[in-house]
Amino acid sequence: MVNRIIVGAHYGLKDWLAQRVTALVMLAYTVLFLVVWPRPMGYAAWKGLFAQGWMRLATFLLVVSVLIHAWIGMRNVWMDYIKHAGLRLGFQIATILWLVGCAGWAMQILWKV
Amino acid sequence: MPDLTVKKRRPLWFNLSPLNLPVPGLVSIFHRISGVVLFLGLVAFLYLLELSLASESGYAQAGELLRAPIAKLLVIASIWALLHHMCAGIRHLFLDVDVGVSLHAARRSAFAVFVVSLALAASIAVRVW
Repeated sequence: MVNRIIVGAHYGLKDWLAQRVTALVMLAYTVLFLVVWPRPMGYAAWKGLFAQGWMRLATFLLVVSVLIHAWIGMRNVWMDYIKHAGLRLGFQIATILWLVGCAGWAMQILWKV
Repeated sequence: MPDLTVKKRRPLWFNLSPLNLPVPGLVSIFHRISGVVLFLGLVAFLYLLELSLASESGYAQAGELLRAPIAKLLVIASIWALLHHMCAGIRHLFLDVDVGVSLHAARRSAFAVFVVSLALAASIAVRVW
């Protein structure tokens, strides 16, 4: 095992940055969504919104951002509260599979429209 | 576990009982709780999105589902979770670029997170109900 001080600078910098970049993407999507939200609302308008290429692209970016953001957040939660290494690994793997599954499902939903 | 060099007196245990937390601490723990809530709610959100986009009747069915009182409560709770998470996140982004990091400013912005997210959630709740 590498002998090093396990607290210090730069451990997790990438995750820290990813958390913020994905947060900004989600904020931008929220603003966009509030602007393009159909008024009056109905099935045709709702479907029409998600049938547009740019909306699909924006929603795709949202889904990827949620995936990364939720992974980092949930991993931190598991790291903080689950002391047993094996159990923690299990929860982390389940979280990844769950989130990737959800992202795949979201893609399916979007590209069926 | 092998010996990991520098012996610091870690972990340090502080009393983090929510009742003793200052407002920024409350914002922080609610940020975490709301994040977990949103993670758990993701599947319901995707289900409703699929249903509402699938067909005219699916759209109506999704609307019907959301009109049940229990669903309305869940929607309002989710909206509050989202708003709190979002406001606390925006506050975090400002703190990251050194805006409002003094104790006084940080306490005020933490208080503002609760005020803004609760007020927005309440105004949406009134419309949802």
